[in-house]
Amino acid sequence: MPLAMVKAGQRVHLVAVDAGRGLQARLADMGLVPGVEIEVVSNALHGPFIVAVKGCRMVLGHGITQKIMVA
Amino acid sequence: MKPKIVIALAGNPNSGKTTIFNKLTGARQHVGNYPGVTVERKEGYCRYGDMEMQIVDLPGTYSLTAYSTEELVARNFLIDEKPDVVVDIIDASNLERNLYLAVQLMELGVPLVLAFNMSDQARAQGHEFDIEKLSSYFGASIVQTVGHKGTGMKELLEAIVAAAKDGASEMNRNDENPSGALLSKATIHSPFRKRPVMDYGREIEEEIARLESLIKLKVTGKDKDNLRWLALKLLENDKAVRARFDTPEINDQIEKSAARIEKMLGEYPETAIAGRRYGFISGACREAARSTVELRHTISDRIDAVVTNRFVGIPIFMGLMYLVFQLTFTLGDPPMGWIENGFGWLGSQIASWWPKGSKGALKSLLVDGIIGGVGGVIVFLPNILLLFLAIAILEDSGYMARAAFIMDRVMHKIGLHGKSFIPMLIGFGCSVPAIMATRTLENRRDRLVTMLVTPLMSCGARLPIYALIIPAFFPQVWHAPMLWLIYVIGIALAVLSAKLLRSTILKGESVPFVMELPPYRMPTLKSVLIHMWERGWLYLKKAGTIILCISILLWAMTSYPKKTVFDVDYEADAAKSEGTYLSKVTRLNGLLGLPEGAPLLVQALRAELVMAAEQDKYYEHEAGYSDAKKKMDDEILGLTQAPDGGKLSDFLKMRDDVQKTRAAFEESISQDEVEKESSAYSNLSGIRDAALESLRRAAPGTYNAVIHYLDDIEAPFKDEKTRIEQAKQAEEMAYSVAGRIGLALEPFLRPMGFDWKIGTALVGAFAAKEVFVAQMGIVYSVGKADEKSEALREQLRSHYSPLVAFCIMLFCLVSAPCMATISVTKRESNSWKWALFQLGGLTALAYVLTVMVFQAGNLLGIGV
Repeated sequence: MPLAMVKAGQRVHLVAVDAGRGLQARLADMGLVPGVEIEVVSNALHGPFIVAVKGCRMVLGHGITQKIMVA
Repeated sequence: MKPKIVIALAGNPNSGKTTIFNKLTGARQHVGNYPGVTVERKEGYCRYGDMEMQIVDLPGTYSLTAYSTEELVARNFLIDEKPDVVVDIIDASNLERNLYLAVQLMELGVPLVLAFNMSDQARAQGHEFDIEKLSSYFGASIVQTVGHKGTGMKELLEAIVAAAKDGASEMNRNDENPSGALLSKATIHSPFRKRPVMDYGREIEEEIARLESLIKLKVTGKDKDNLRWLALKLLENDKAVRARFDTPEINDQIEKSAARIEKMLGEYPETAIAGRRYGFISGACREAARSTVELRHTISDRIDAVVTNRFVGIPIFMGLMYLVFQLTFTLGDPPMGWIENGFGWLGSQIASWWPKGSKGALKSLLVDGIIGGVGGVIVFLPNILLLFLAIAILEDSGYMARAAFIMDRVMHKIGLHGKSFIPMLIGFGCSVPAIMATRTLENRRDRLVTMLVTPLMSCGARLPIYALIIPAFFPQVWHAPMLWLIYVIGIALAVLSAKLLRSTILKGESVPFVMELPPYRMPTLKSVLIHMWERGWLYLKKAGTIILCISILLWAMTSYPKKTVFDVDYEADAAKSEGTYLSKVTRLNGLLGLPEGAPLLVQALRAELVMAAEQDKYYEHEAGYSDAKKKMDDEILGLTQAPDGGKLSDFLKMRDDVQKTRAAFEESISQDEVEKESSAYSNLSGIRDAALESLRRAAPGTYNAVIHYLDDIEAPFKDEKTRIEQAKQAEEMAYSVAGRIGLALEPFLRPMGFDWKIGTALVGAFAAKEVFVAQMGIVYSVGKADEKSEALREQLRSHYSPLVAFCIMLFCLVSAPCMATISVTKRESNSWKWALFQLGGLTALAYVLTVMVFQAGNLLGIGV
């Protein structure tokens, strides 16, 4: 399912990023690689998310949260 | 010769890199740009033992790919300039993410030192490291530091020196013709550690090997040591490296390799490679780092729960912004006064090199042109510095990233994302640094749109225009709402234009918004001050270069050509008005009990006029000045000793007393800024009236004559004199180049309700917005005018309607940004096209809007 559907406080694992090569690589550089644990810290409907990845807080725009597939 | 080594500081954003840089270099640093790109290059120097080090602060990056200019710049520096040692500053409390860059540096094969920064925080949060193990995994010595306290700096420097010597001895072995002073110093400190090689797993390693063997034949020189790295980069589809090996054979192999990896691993090679790197780091951390508690973000998270809250986030943000502006202007006010006085003093000092009343071109250039022009801009320096100080605090504390997050939802609606908000915010201070701040935006289209609309955020330089006009035309209660309205119009226009641009000429999918939220930190005084100074310096440079030139140009345009033959004989007018004045004075004789036609009074007052005319030629300290006074005193003394002279001296005495009483009242009003209709005002006026009343009672006849003289004879005479002078200056102005431009523009300005005088001032405003006020002062000949000039407000009120006043503010808000903005847009967008588009577009928008507002207002009869 897309990350956009994950509720705040839940922990999920990244499966794949459904995006172009450039964005995939950029996200991978920031630690968003398959298998990594993502915790949704705060989510807003149609707004950006705050997630925790490898101990960092990151803001992900609404568009991206729909492209990140998690389980 | 002393050995000199080059050290590069690399590291993620927010890893405390700048703090370490400042600690190492102290004040010995300077900021420049990397050639061809607008990325700042900070360099500094440091001595340790007998080693002189040049330290280069690379841009903060997460990785060494080539996605952003910053990363490319950092990478090119490492490859092309081959620093002797690279220090990777790592936020020890966020190890895994930060080590990603370290892995890439390790792969690049540069002599590496890792600084585990903020190690005190990491320890407090329960992180424990096995430094020895980690050091062997990464083939680099590791030093624990605490940047803001300066802990570990000595150890860091020692590690740098050791790494430099290692690197040099390795070079010694590999290179047959070693050069550089280092070698003479380098003793073989320790055997060069074999650099660990990352294993990417069979599938990827096979492709790396294939590519390696293919490019082996093509590379020469230093690249031979970097074969593996080059092959890896090719596999990662790195644009810059691929361009170097752009042959069909290699391209073909890359495609094949990529396809194979995709088939076997189900990922693009670059994603797979990044995954392996993170895997390696996780492995290393499992072995050599332990985190007893997961604490790091609890405080930050708790703050975030409030400040990024859906409902209170925006109000808190707005409140903070309000606070920032409030502080900027209240704290900035006193130093502004000092600077103003300083320039005033400088101007009068320079003016005194010439005899008083001299109309020399050089004097006028120095005093009116240069000091007036540049001084008018530097006056805003306190405001600008305070604003930048506040912004630096917000940035360093980590709040700015939250602001971007909060504003993302709003910005998203106009096709930009939260990060664009920060430059626009800085735009309230000055568009120049604001446009430079767009560098943080990775996408060119986002960046261009932000750059183009940023001048609509009303900058500090436009404030004097509003500060002059609003009190002149609108009642007290309207002042704040009016100013607010102007700012809101600017914001609304920025939003609309951004949306328009984003859906027309700069269409395209907006770049996904990914941004790290750094934990909140206490900003350090030093780094905040350095930030503030760097930006303030840019503003000063603008004042010293562009504005200096423009001031000179504008001065010339308003002063030349000189008119020698006037349409009106102003001297005759002045003589006539003097005649009327003296004949009115004669009629006072009756009131004073002097015989009709007695010449005493007229002679005394004429002596005063003669003295004033004489004194105009001299400064107070010159002999001519006091001579003139003495001459008058002698003459009046003679007159008072004549028959009936007592009546004259009574009159003069009474006049003095009345004038003093009135002046004392005016002084206390203006000193304490007493408002009319306040109780303090009526108190003071009561005291004045009582004093006048006692004067009247003492000698009613003389008193009435004096009042009649002051109010009905002297005041109109003075007014007339000023009017004549102003008319003369206006005629001169209309004759000058600027006046002619204004006159030529008038047909176009008419639809907005502007006359040629406003047109002339607008020409000046293009140089720098704040020039508008001074220029209006010149066209209305009220002498040196600033935004507090009552005389200028009086003039404006008598010439324009409130509607026109509003139109002036609207036009100044929207129209062509100042020249400095245009030139910085040119530099940052790297093309004249966008700079000229900004100039033309905004001016056209301003014109259309102002014409619409003026015409509509006229039709509806609002403010006419």
